[in-house]
Amino acid sequence: MSSEALDTTQYVHHHLTNLPWTHAFLQKKLGDFGVINLDSLIVSFILGSVILLLFYFLARRATSGVPSKLQNFVEILFEFIQKQVKETFHGNNPLIAPLALTIFVWILLMNLMDLIPIDLFPMLLKTAGVPYWRMVPTTDLNVTFAMSLTVFFLILYYSVKEKGAVGFAKELLMHPFPYVWMAPINLPLSIIHELAKPVSLALRLFGNLFSGEVIFILIALFPIWWLQWILGFPWAIFHILIIGIQAFIFTILTIVYLSLAHESH
Amino acid sequence: MNLNLTLFGQMITFALFVWFTKRFVWPVLIKAINDREAKIADGLAAAERGHHELDLSQERAKELLHEAKAKAIDVVDQAHKQATHILEEARAEARTLAERMAQLAEEEIVQAKHAAKMALQQELGMMVVKGAERILKQNITSDINDRMISDLIAEVGVSE
Repeated sequence: MSSEALDTTQYVHHHLTNLPWTHAFLQKKLGDFGVINLDSLIVSFILGSVILLLFYFLARRATSGVPSKLQNFVEILFEFIQKQVKETFHGNNPLIAPLALTIFVWILLMNLMDLIPIDLFPMLLKTAGVPYWRMVPTTDLNVTFAMSLTVFFLILYYSVKEKGAVGFAKELLMHPFPYVWMAPINLPLSIIHELAKPVSLALRLFGNLFSGEVIFILIALFPIWWLQWILGFPWAIFHILIIGIQAFIFTILTIVYLSLAHESH
Repeated sequence: MNLNLTLFGQMITFALFVWFTKRFVWPVLIKAINDREAKIADGLAAAERGHHELDLSQERAKELLHEAKAKAIDVVDQAHKQATHILEEARAEARTLAERMAQLAEEEIVQAKHAAKMALQQELGMMVVKGAERILKQNITSDINDRMISDLIAEVGVSE
């Protein structure tokens, strides 16, 4: 019984461990921070490259006449993103729409990896000598924070650019209470308000996908095959919904935050 | 589970992807979409115009047809009138002609009657003279007298 419990723990642990890579120098200087999760980097890079190269070749052959079925499909996606940007973002910034598109398709694809049977790639790669492999990059906090922090820096950049350093500072000091003497209270509130944006973006995506992954792992632990099917199938269908919704929420919130950065209150 | 250097690697990847999309993907496809939108809008406008023109020409055709019908009715009417007129004229002419002919015939009849009367009177006179001559040439008996008179009567009757 205890050995079985250990097996189970090992199984779960194995599935939640990234493939690490580090260098003695990095390890010495940075400790645990000096590690790189190779699987997250590789999977996310392959997924993003594939979809963007597909877009690139489609764009090169794009016609304003009758589109091919693939072009038509991609155009639906583009117009969907463009519509969201137009409805939410009222400034004129050519970066917002491509940024939103990249975020949406990239997160969608990374989330989609959750629907691949959880043992497939780890087992295949184990035979090739790879000890650990996590197939879903968005279950790695590094991946979600990388996107949300980049968005955060863009928010800061455009806040300063559009409102000026003084305007932005004034906004930080005069909100939510519009009195000068309230500035000492306003500043920490504003800083928390701003910091909450990247943190909530990253944690929401990570939390949803990570919990979904954990439940897939737990379902995989059931010893009866048809029980796995009965539980796994509905959960996978439900998860399809979560995959799309999380990608959409991240995209929309990015647009909203950047829109706020462009408009003074 | 912990944050580590992957964060920076991912940020660089993300930045590269966004740059790539903004530089090579988004503008091209959006341009194609917008161009097509304009094309479709133009096409729809042209179709609308065509429809409008069709409506107009149909209305004009209807008007023309209507006019032509009215004209045709007019022409037929006039022709009818003319025909009636001609007929009436011909009838009137025929009537006068007939009247004149009748008159002429009557006059002829009167003349002929007159001529016949005259001829009859002449003949009668001559016969009287002849009868008188015969009487004078023969002895007149009552018998002869009777015969002569009956002859004469017969003659007159025949000549009449």
